[in-house]
Amino acid sequence: MIEIENSQLRTELNELVAKYGKSRSSLMPILHELQNKYRGIPEDAMQILADILNMHAVEVQEVATFYNFYNTGEKGKFIIRMCETMPCKMQGAKEVANKLEEELNVKFGETTPDKMFTLEWTSCIGMCDQGPALLVNDKPYTRVKPEKIGSIIRAYREEGR
Amino acid sequence: MIESNYVSELSFRAVNHTESLKKAMAMGADKIISEITDSKLRGCGGAGFPAGLKLSLMAKETGEPKYVICNADEGEPGTFKDREILTNYPKLVFTGMAIAAHAIRATKGILYLRAEYNYLKDHLEKIFAELRAEKVLAEFDIEIRSGAGAYVCGEETALIESLEGKRGEPRNRPPFPIQDGFLAKPTQVNNVETFAWITAIITKGANWFKSVGTEKSAGYKIFSISGDCKQPGVYELPMGTTVAEMLKACGGEGAKAVQMGGASGQTLPVSEFSRKIAFEDAPPGGSIMIFRPNRNILDVAENFLEFFVEESCGQCTPCRKGNPKLLEGVKMLKQGKCSKEHLENLRSLCGTMQIASKCGLGQTSSNAFLAITKHFENEIIVGGEK
Repeated sequence: MIEIENSQLRTELNELVAKYGKSRSSLMPILHELQNKYRGIPEDAMQILADILNMHAVEVQEVATFYNFYNTGEKGKFIIRMCETMPCKMQGAKEVANKLEEELNVKFGETTPDKMFTLEWTSCIGMCDQGPALLVNDKPYTRVKPEKIGSIIRAYREEGR
Repeated sequence: MIESNYVSELSFRAVNHTESLKKAMAMGADKIISEITDSKLRGCGGAGFPAGLKLSLMAKETGEPKYVICNADEGEPGTFKDREILTNYPKLVFTGMAIAAHAIRATKGILYLRAEYNYLKDHLEKIFAELRAEKVLAEFDIEIRSGAGAYVCGEETALIESLEGKRGEPRNRPPFPIQDGFLAKPTQVNNVETFAWITAIITKGANWFKSVGTEKSAGYKIFSISGDCKQPGVYELPMGTTVAEMLKACGGEGAKAVQMGGASGQTLPVSEFSRKIAFEDAPPGGSIMIFRPNRNILDVAENFLEFFVEESCGQCTPCRKGNPKLLEGVKMLKQGKCSKEHLENLRSLCGTMQIASKCGLGQTSSNAFLAITKHFENEIIVGGEK
């Protein structure tokens, strides 16, 4: 079973390498695609990718674990990143954060049991003129009020079904 | 798309990118470089390296291919002006890259977009495709690459490492990217805003740009203003504007402190509001955060240090170990448990971090701690006494 999965993964990775070019510079765009598809970068993918790109597996792993937007375990389908930097804090980020924890019934740093949502703090996302701000995957939300959280989460629950 | 809360009049707004590029092609490489040099434009990413000098150094390099990289990894806390430029003026940015490429004979461009701005990627690709279709940028290719959430990649050598598929750990400098950059080739890295100004200066001329500003800091600069003011947003101000004038423009009068240049910049108390925003005075890094009197200034120091602890790449010890130590110190100060002696030790640690850290992150992360413990002594309880 694992062998079949891995041969599929190898095929997929070969396609990605063909798309971005067979060099180490292609590593980030490839990891980006893996992250989006698998909600994290699978260990086997790191091994196989290293093999294809003629790198050591640990060189792929050290990149996969360096960046905040990559992870090695599996995260939720929707990653909610709440900005924790000063301008957003001053505009009420804490209240929004409390509401998020209440609505999702998880703490920051955790993923909901149904693997739908992961809740995280993040550094400044460049929305300081209209905080509090958060990202759901790539999509920014600005001027977020605690009372808006319910409908935002509901919409993603619907979409994620 | 995210529209800014407020945008002041921007003097490059009416600049036509096609006209600018045509004019640049007619001028030729040497004239482009002398025009930018003459304008006294300095890099808008924070360090303020003279843009014309960078072009002339790049032009002299013989290695090939040469790369032009746009640093759109806008991560300094409180900065969002590049978001505004990428949203509404991307043609000026791409054109500026093409003009620079023409001047230095570079064949390949890369725009490194921070992961937090991934929502802009399709928009930027569409705009670039339009420029290609207009045959404006027929020969110069620009690839848009995504970052992955690392503040330190705004440092140009870390950005290059990241493009090469490595951890975003800054390199030793020298060699500088101009000699030894992306894939060991000559590489010019500039901020988003710098490229937009290059396009504008080609159209409007060096004299127009340097007609405002100070002797050492010419021209206009775009700022991201946030925090306690009536109208947070994107403001173009001439270099040399005083902090007090800036506060008046955005409705931030009555502030007790202004953070200039982001978390790594300087914390100015009221007594320094007469200072000029310019490279030779209060840093014009782009980010301006305003704090009203009832804000706890130690919360600010704590927030910034939490940021640096999170974002330090961990490569060098002064930064990796120093920032958590300063954060611990702020927490002790908040509880009134920091002795005078310990505070002095922490301030001396700041000096060590500034000297011994490898890159700008560790060299500047203690600025706010130093400024806050100096200028706001009356708000800080040391060893049980005010």
